[in-house]
Amino acid sequence: MGLALMCLIWLITLASTYFFVAKTWWLPVGASAAAAWIDGQFTLTFILMGIVFLAAQLGLGYIVWRYAQKPNSPPVPYTHGNTRLEIIWTVLTAVLFIGLNLMGAPVWASQRWDAAPADAVQVEVTGMQFAWYFRYPGADGTYAKTKPSLMDPSAGGEAAVGLDTNDPSAKDDVVTGTMYLPVNREIDISLRSVDVIHSFFVPSLRFKQDAVPGLNIHMHFKPIQIGEYEIACAELCGLGHYKMHGMVHVVSQEDFDKWLAAREAEKQ
Amino acid sequence: MATPVSLHAHAAPQGFIRKYIFSLDHKVIGIQYYFLALTAVFVGMFLSLLMRIHMIWPTAVLPLVGEIKPETYLSLLTMHGTIMVFFVLTTAPQGGFGNYVLPIQIGAPDMAFPVLNMLSFWTTFVGFVVIIAAFFVTGGAPLHGWTGYPPLSAVQAAGPGEGLGADLWITSIAIFCIASLMGALNFITTTLDLRAKGMTLMRMPLTVWSWFITAILGLLAFGVLLSAGILLLLDRNLGTSFYVPLVVVNGQIMGHKGGSPLLWQHLFWFFGHPEVYIAILPGMGVASQILSTFSRKPIFGYKAMVYAMLAIGFFGFMVWGHHMFMSGMSPYSAFAFSILTMCIGVPSAIKTFNWLGTMWKGHIRFQTPMLYAIGFVSLFVSGGLSGPFLAQPVLDIQLHDTYFVVGHFHLIMGVAAIFGIFAATHYWFPKMFGRMMNETMGRIHFFITLAGTYAIFMPMHYLGMAGQTRRYSQFTEVAYQTKLIPLQTFMTYAAIITIAAQFLFLINLFWSMFKGPKASDNPWEATTLEWTTTTPPPHDNFGGRTPVVNHGPYEYGVPGAPRDYVLQTDPATIASH
Repeated sequence: MGLALMCLIWLITLASTYFFVAKTWWLPVGASAAAAWIDGQFTLTFILMGIVFLAAQLGLGYIVWRYAQKPNSPPVPYTHGNTRLEIIWTVLTAVLFIGLNLMGAPVWASQRWDAAPADAVQVEVTGMQFAWYFRYPGADGTYAKTKPSLMDPSAGGEAAVGLDTNDPSAKDDVVTGTMYLPVNREIDISLRSVDVIHSFFVPSLRFKQDAVPGLNIHMHFKPIQIGEYEIACAELCGLGHYKMHGMVHVVSQEDFDKWLAAREAEKQ
Repeated sequence: MATPVSLHAHAAPQGFIRKYIFSLDHKVIGIQYYFLALTAVFVGMFLSLLMRIHMIWPTAVLPLVGEIKPETYLSLLTMHGTIMVFFVLTTAPQGGFGNYVLPIQIGAPDMAFPVLNMLSFWTTFVGFVVIIAAFFVTGGAPLHGWTGYPPLSAVQAAGPGEGLGADLWITSIAIFCIASLMGALNFITTTLDLRAKGMTLMRMPLTVWSWFITAILGLLAFGVLLSAGILLLLDRNLGTSFYVPLVVVNGQIMGHKGGSPLLWQHLFWFFGHPEVYIAILPGMGVASQILSTFSRKPIFGYKAMVYAMLAIGFFGFMVWGHHMFMSGMSPYSAFAFSILTMCIGVPSAIKTFNWLGTMWKGHIRFQTPMLYAIGFVSLFVSGGLSGPFLAQPVLDIQLHDTYFVVGHFHLIMGVAAIFGIFAATHYWFPKMFGRMMNETMGRIHFFITLAGTYAIFMPMHYLGMAGQTRRYSQFTEVAYQTKLIPLQTFMTYAAIITIAAQFLFLINLFWSMFKGPKASDNPWEATTLEWTTTTPPPHDNFGGRTPVVNHGPYEYGVPGAPRDYVLQTDPATIASH
């Protein structure tokens, strides 16, 4: 029985580890400036926890096989523990866990403590059941007012976010259903929700933040690779949660300017 | 401790209703809790089966159920989580085994408040009936998930099931909270006041420590959830705005203003994080008890085990914010919560080291309780080690609300805790029902369930890394998720096999209850007080005797002792140590 149990535990352990190490399924391509840091911290954590995982599971399997009761087993050592050992593994674990955490803290601070630089590209992201809208403030750099009473999700676009067209700064506000971003620029997003909580998750940009009704959350990130990346809502928001999907197009600055100008022109 | 036992003894009841239905006997109440949890776990498991089927074959028309729609899927998910967390993982380990075993293990004739004990069971039962009723009302069960984040859970227009179904859901949880508060008071008082002579705190079995600490957590946590639930009911039905700001649902302005959705999250997780320890601590106690008994060796580091559980309970109340790193909460507090979360990993690691130390150089006997206890340790390690990933806010940017989280908590507070329940069932069944369970069926069930649960939940980590968001009823709308469907299909097959194997456990349970070989008073050659009384124990547990405790709870292999174990009640002179 001890042998069978060891085989099963070892098999489970090695099979699980194989798929991690072979990277059969792994983090998606990292297309933002923070991706390298985040993935580095992930890999470090993965290696350390992987070692502990292998040691603990293989050790457990070994112990149940080695110490199965046999007729000729020597008497068990009568011991209630070992204070020195307790202290050693307590300290080691504490250093490992807390040290690991402190190593990741600077990345967190750079992403979430520091504000976006002043020249960041401004985009407002609005979540609603079950769509994302993106608003660019235009040449005046100012978002016009939106009004709850004007929100009409069935109309889409400006009407969906309730843009107040009487506000002078609304003239150059562009509202779209697809997000366009220039590459290698810091993006300052202003995240809102009009109904329930959603979460703006772009796996390839290593970005996630809940959109909370009543709050306007500023966050920043920097795409560094041209391409198209999918947005998946990451907070349960109702029956259409699974299809609350969107696209981010990261393009060159030139293409971005052209695209924005074309949207402005459409609006006039 | 000084209270005379006779004050708490009540006469054995006559008549079926007083004996088996409205019983005051903690043993009967414990068994009632157990069967309530058993019913609930099969309901919850059936819901998960429907979910797994729907994810892979969305258009399948199932007998009795029909076709599952996306919103139905979310209702299944909500009810699965709620039923499992409250009516299984909180009910069986604490209400079931805690009730049955704790008074006997400390040498008491019953719980401190037998009437309160009966009330807490029947209140739990009402809570279960209310939540099941949510399936059958107009609009069906709610779809807001077991965490019930407002505004989704607070605004009726936000989705189907958010009408009467959601009210019943909250009401059921509120009823459950009241029942748990009554139970917690009873457990704490019993442990503090009704210990037999010689049963000092540091001679209590680790199971008693685990139920005691769990009760303290319950007392502090359920009151908060109860209040939070009442506020949510007010928001839903009386137009208050505790949790809901001005929101526009489907173009309609709802009548709320100025509330904070994050308030609910703080209150909910202030309960919710201790709750995961409420689910797992009794499992830790049971694993310790069984690993020592079946290794024929004293538990390694008894005091360290006690302090580790106290530390887990203490830190358990200071880490709730790690569920909210992406919620819009201050990123500075995220840093504090994450350090505290890492701290809680330390006592968890101490426990694992001590379990391995207990088996080291032992004489391991592979009877079924031991198999499940070893499985518990393996699952606890696997589920625990994904914790340090999720505890880092910077990694949570990628992993939060993905299948990585689902894999993490299912392994550790789902399956590990369930393995604790399996271990406890096989271990105490002889004492509870006077018969032995079938070893062969137990072993087959163990091996299939261990391999099966790993096959279901380990792949969730891979999915999560790849960005598979949780609570999606379909994976066809997002291109990168479509590529992950083969892995989901594998998990569904693994789930079907594992779920089928659970009927083996059920058959073993009921067959053994009536047909199993008769059990002796101490079939496992264990040391704690429940094994010093008859099988099953008499109404007052010790047949008029008052046990006197002379030894610690895990005296195995004592040099010079006549047997390889020393009962806690053996004369003090039996061995020198």
